Amino acid sequence: MPVTTSSERGPDLHTPLSGVPLTHGQLPRYAAQFTLLAAIAAGIALTLAGWNPAASAIIAGAGYVVVIYAWSRTVEGPRKARDRLVTAVVTGAFLLALLPLVSVIVTVVGNGIARFDVEFFTYSMRGVVGEGGGAYHAIMGTLVVTGLAALISVPIGILTAIYLVEYGRGRLAKAITFFVDVMTGIPSIVAGLFAYALFALVFGPGVRMGIMGAIALSVLMIPVVVRSAEEMLKLVPNELREAAYALAVPKWRTIVKVVLPTALAGIATGVTLAIARVIGETAPLLITLGITSSVNLNPVDGRMATLPVYAYYQYVTPGVPPEPALERAWTAALTLIIIVMALNLIARLISRLFAPKTRG
Amino acid sequence: MRKGSTVLPSTERTRSRRAPQRPGDRVFSGLSTGAGVLILVVLAGVAAFLVAEAWPALIAPADEVPGPDGIVLYIWPLLFGTLLAAFLALLIAAPLAVAIALFITHYAPRRIAQALGYIIDLLAAIPSIIYGLWGIQVLAPLTVEPAGWLEENLGFIPLFAGPASTTGRTMLVAALVLAVMILPIVSAVVREAFRQTPRLHEEASLALGATRWEMIRMAVLPFGRSSIIGASMLGLGRALGETMAVAIVLSVSGGVTFNLISSGNPGTIAANIALEFPESTGIAVNTLIASGLVLFAVTLLVNMAARAVINRRREFSGAN
Amino acid sequence: MAKRIEVKDLDIYYDKFLAVQGVSMTIQPRSVTALIGPSGCGKSTFLRTLNRMHELVPGARVDGKVFMDDEDLYGPGVDPVSVRRQIGMVFQRPNPFPTMSIYENVAAGIRLNGGRMKKSELDDVVERSLRSANLWAEVKDRLNRPGSGLSGGQQQRLCIARAIAVQPGVLLMDEPCSALDPISTQAIEDLMLELKTDYTIVIVTHNMQQAARVSDVTGFFNLRGVGQPGELVEIDETTKIFSTPSNKATEDYISGRFG
Repeated sequence: MPVTTSSERGPDLHTPLSGVPLTHGQLPRYAAQFTLLAAIAAGIALTLAGWNPAASAIIAGAGYVVVIYAWSRTVEGPRKARDRLVTAVVTGAFLLALLPLVSVIVTVVGNGIARFDVEFFTYSMRGVVGEGGGAYHAIMGTLVVTGLAALISVPIGILTAIYLVEYGRGRLAKAITFFVDVMTGIPSIVAGLFAYALFALVFGPGVRMGIMGAIALSVLMIPVVVRSAEEMLKLVPNELREAAYALAVPKWRTIVKVVLPTALAGIATGVTLAIARVIGETAPLLITLGITSSVNLNPVDGRMATLPVYAYYQYVTPGVPPEPALERAWTAALTLIIIVMALNLIARLISRLFAPKTRG
Repeated sequence: MRKGSTVLPSTERTRSRRAPQRPGDRVFSGLSTGAGVLILVVLAGVAAFLVAEAWPALIAPADEVPGPDGIVLYIWPLLFGTLLAAFLALLIAAPLAVAIALFITHYAPRRIAQALGYIIDLLAAIPSIIYGLWGIQVLAPLTVEPAGWLEENLGFIPLFAGPASTTGRTMLVAALVLAVMILPIVSAVVREAFRQTPRLHEEASLALGATRWEMIRMAVLPFGRSSIIGASMLGLGRALGETMAVAIVLSVSGGVTFNLISSGNPGTIAANIALEFPESTGIAVNTLIASGLVLFAVTLLVNMAARAVINRRREFSGAN
Repeated sequence: MAKRIEVKDLDIYYDKFLAVQGVSMTIQPRSVTALIGPSGCGKSTFLRTLNRMHELVPGARVDGKVFMDDEDLYGPGVDPVSVRRQIGMVFQRPNPFPTMSIYENVAAGIRLNGGRMKKSELDDVVERSLRSANLWAEVKDRLNRPGSGLSGGQQQRLCIARAIAVQPGVLLMDEPCSALDPISTQAIEDLMLELKTDYTIVIVTHNMQQAARVSDVTGFFNLRGVGQPGELVEIDETTKIFSTPSNKATEDYISGRFG
């Protein structure tokens, strides 16, 4: 194709393109930072002038976006301007989202710290009216129920994932994949109703037991475990399996000795996160376990207290005077957050410490 | 995605046809297949037991069911409230979640990106009861003043007809709390997809002279599109079934209304169950289970619709 | 429209690590320049500095000058985006956008420009680019199918079509055949010989026969030792490099006696 064709073809893109200079207008180096400072200053000024702080922040943010876009558009052209616009909007969205999240933590810590004492962790609510009392029974209940749920879910979940990745084919595998997806969408309250309905058919209406809660939580937990384990197993390179087959290792030993160890850290991380996800569930436990004020560690013997349900009841039925119960509710919430964060941290550590070196 | 996993079994099939299966293999594949089938059984069980326990309410005469006019008119406002709150929440959360995911994967300095992702992950794990407590304690009072402003200035829009609630326990606040709750979940999934955008595709667009935003539009967003849908599905499902936060925050009067800022709101199915179940007996329990069945069906439909969308996109997001 | 590239005393860094040291060379327009050398000697790194893709790696930077005709690519106020617009690149593995059709892949670069082109004009450009990439006959009936459905060699030619659709001054190729079979490789090599009448082509290759077949000028990169920066040992007419190189290291490498 001779070079001249481009100019013969008339006003297509080549003519402008070859003429595009490498340099064009650029905003000064600190233009964005400067504009941002100006916007913040304007926001503070508005607040001092008596505006609502939230409104001033919104106006300052919008002002920044408009100014940087208009400025860039006149100096740098529309493409660069749009790039800057998106940068500003994306960053803004992130900061906006952090606000409620930081606020949650501050609120929970601020309200919960008052009763974060030894008594809270060593006493139950047995015979407590008004001040004092604790959540020992609820914490133990949560551990028992969640532990049971994990015992049920982890083997089923991992085996299912193995089936899907290593054996699954045809309609059964498709159906399982599909319904695991569906299961991730089951509302937690429905899982609770399921456990209740199951046991109500056997034991009659009004039944409340620890094991019911564990089953409800398992329904929520199994799909999470399957999904994460499946992802991790898929990440194991096929070359590893083939290498094992080439050494005449049977398939099941390949899975147990090669595939699972390679994916183990990832699976452990997924399981820990799944536990963290269900340990704070309130709704299914509310209808399967109810609440009680004394210690009950037997999962097949009637009502059992759990931390989230405890927090809920302390908050909605505080009694008179309400303050001690509200404080206990917030402390329970704080404890819950700490447990969840600790689990997440553990998950993070597992994946960092035990991940196979190949993934860097 | 599926490609990698189908290649292996097919080679395996040819192998096993030639040689007899070892006992170990048979046990192991039987166990894992059994686990998979068990999941199907459980799911069928969920539906079956819910239907079994809901049945008495469905066939009961209208005057025995709670509420004045029979079970349909008992559940309908709840269903309406559920859908309204969930879609409103998704509307708020989805764009924000995508923006957050983009920020973490493509805008934040790499050194702190991982930490930011970690923070978002932690927040995804905060139990819903805590969001509920936060909603009523912090967010609801904050909205009282703006809601009044909305009523005064935008009252002609049915959404803001008022009268503005003085406690802030409105549909708007419920949706905001739900949005905050599903935000981290949606953005975590989307972020994972964005992070996996093949470097090759990003470089291809950059080498064509794309700005960062253009690169994102050409390579990152198309690659992550099905994940965005999937994540929104997750978020919607969670918002539909979210119980405790709504139960704590929303002040319910039962009417069907689009008014977002008054204190007379329709309840949601899940929250209604949580509020009523502990005190209910007899046919009232069956009615609540029937409403749970409706919720189950709705979330099922949402999930299946989303899967259909994702599967249709698969052709273009395939191998490479 | 083919441009000349002149590199002066270029040092390439990853953070504090000096990866390539003191490269100076002139790349002539309408010719194929091949860069050869052992793995890890910085050929690809060097190639990526020519269209400023190198700096996408966090902490990566360069010292020195690169001129395209008379413009300094690293001069103040130069927008890397504009640089990449004028210097096309083809990667080691074919990377068509999987979510776009064949047509959209070729049009991608033009669409970026935001030029409001008529459909018929765009059709022309797409056809011309695909013809130049020797791919038109194979794909003209399925332009709306996804590009990822093509074979590896076809995908790579699609990527070349995508790169030349915006009529760049220079075309960089980073081991474009290393993931392809011999027949596809042959097709790409033939294509290079055709394209060099219009473009300045720089190709990094591991394959010395390929360098000998397609290039007019060959540059040899080498490492002095482990942990040492890579450097350009010599650059000359391809015939001379492969017959009578002036440097002992080059001769050893060419004849298969490494280090």
